[in-house]
Amino acid sequence: MIKCAGVTVTLGDRNVLDGVDLHVGRGEWVTIVGANGAGKTTLLRYIAGLVASPGELHLDGRPAPSYSRRDRARLVAFVPQAPVIPDGMRVLDYVLLGRTPHIAALAVESRRDVAAVHEVLDRLDLVAFAERVVTTLSGGERQRVLIARALAQGSPIVLLDEPTTALDVGHQQQVLELVDRLRRDHQLTVVTTMHDLTLAGQYAERLVLLDRGEIAVEGPAGDVLTEANLARYYDARVRIINDGGRPIVVPLREPGS
Amino acid sequence: MTVTAAPADATSASTPAPAPPARLRVAWLVAGLVAVVVVAVAGLVVGPVALSPVAVLRELVGLPTRLTTQQVDIVEQIRLPRVILGLAVGGTLSLCGASYQGVFRNPLADPYLLGAAAGAGLGVTLVIVGSSTGAATPTAVPIAAFIGALVAVALAYALGSSAGGRASTASLILAGVAVASFLTALQTYVQQRNQDTIREVYSWILGRLSSASWHDVGVLLIYAAPAWVVLLAHRRVLDVLALGDDEATTLGLHARRSRLVVIVAASLGTAAAVSVSGLIAFVGIIVPHTVRLIAGRSHRVVLPLSLLFGAAFLALTDLLARTLSSPAEVPIGVVTSFLGAPFFILVLRSTRRSVEP
Repeated sequence: MIKCAGVTVTLGDRNVLDGVDLHVGRGEWVTIVGANGAGKTTLLRYIAGLVASPGELHLDGRPAPSYSRRDRARLVAFVPQAPVIPDGMRVLDYVLLGRTPHIAALAVESRRDVAAVHEVLDRLDLVAFAERVVTTLSGGERQRVLIARALAQGSPIVLLDEPTTALDVGHQQQVLELVDRLRRDHQLTVVTTMHDLTLAGQYAERLVLLDRGEIAVEGPAGDVLTEANLARYYDARVRIINDGGRPIVVPLREPGS
Repeated sequence: MTVTAAPADATSASTPAPAPPARLRVAWLVAGLVAVVVVAVAGLVVGPVALSPVAVLRELVGLPTRLTTQQVDIVEQIRLPRVILGLAVGGTLSLCGASYQGVFRNPLADPYLLGAAAGAGLGVTLVIVGSSTGAATPTAVPIAAFIGALVAVALAYALGSSAGGRASTASLILAGVAVASFLTALQTYVQQRNQDTIREVYSWILGRLSSASWHDVGVLLIYAAPAWVVLLAHRRVLDVLALGDDEATTLGLHARRSRLVVIVAASLGTAAAVSVSGLIAFVGIIVPHTVRLIAGRSHRVVLPLSLLFGAAFLALTDLLARTLSSPAEVPIGVVTSFLGAPFFILVLRSTRRSVEP
């Protein structure tokens, strides 16, 4: 579904991404991990079409530049980590903006678009929130609204940048369970970035560990999340507890401190 | 301004039916149109020569009336063009202000943000100073203002987009500030060197509708009417742009191009308004914000209502400007601020209490 080769992104005089090759299959969930500044968000933004690169990107079997903006938006939905939420905008109107690629240039939404939005709100248990102002919602509710907008977009590829960063552990689980349920129900291809490695390993089918713009390790969570890898690429002291094939990452303090 | 109708969504919270998306409610549209008509009729009948509203309306639709030829001339050659010019200038400035606030995502943006006022001011000063008699021809002043405003905005846009790489809104606003301050300095310098024309320049800067003619109305509408159409057509696009360029892009919008189209249309409208009325401050900020506070924040509501209520507001202030200390006229810019500021504070206070949790 997503296939990129030789992605190199230079910001200033620094290569944020350096020759990244990534394949993501249809319906797969891939999570990009890596230390701060490793290039996780940039890779996601590249797939979303927000940063240019001399590399090659194929989406659904076709070169990405061959899509019009609108068609590309119908294919790829992007939920940024810190989205701009306009003051005073209600949940319903915010989710409706997700229908933009389905609405002609200067037209307004059709009955079908409104129906699609109501269906999404219903699916995500957001009907009671439809008339609430987005900025007054709690972190967990807000994240659900963001996912609702991406779902309303109807795109088979969904990119989520740090979808759980601002949430407590319970809401982190709820949001990721929701994404996983939607992925199965709609055959979505999901690419996320994540800092919590334990959660990343529990939900993604494959992890991609970026280090200074290059893919260092990639594979199932058990192969990527090892004590040696985390020491090398995160400079972290951790213990890995194996929970039936899913690694649990426990940070350790320096002995004697 | 007649803004007495209650917010229409007060009752919908309890109904089980799915909520409708934000759109312009008919009640608000009607209220805006009524405000425009009421103010327009008042503007036609009130004045040194008081006329009967019925007679004026009959005259306008071509029915026989008992008005004298002189009274008919007062209506058709003096008051009607002035009322229409007030409506058109007010509507244009409000609509362009609302569009600028949307496209720059900045509540303090006004139609003069990218230097339109300073450019027009410089253009007018140069023409007035340059004319040999010291009194520029009535046709040259609007043209100079129009060209000056457009040149300033184009300069700010070119500088802002080259400085930011991409035309980020922050670098555009800063470029606008720089261009405006440079052109104002230039204008002040030219004006100081030619002190005999200060009075004429100053009276233009204060803004006026007193010399309104059908020619002014024509000049304004040629540029302003297409700008209205383009801006109103972009009402939903502006809601998408409110998410920022990145998200608008991932929603399939050509964010930069859409923004440029809106800026060009709003600048054209502003330049046209400035060219016939001088600098009338405040309307472009106060009217859109009042609409936002009372009727809703979506541009689908704000843009059309800003056009209507902006029109009614300026025609009303012009009516007050020419009647309050008749036969003298108070500069209209003074009246807009004097009337608008307290009203706006009132709206701000009353909605804060009911909207915020």
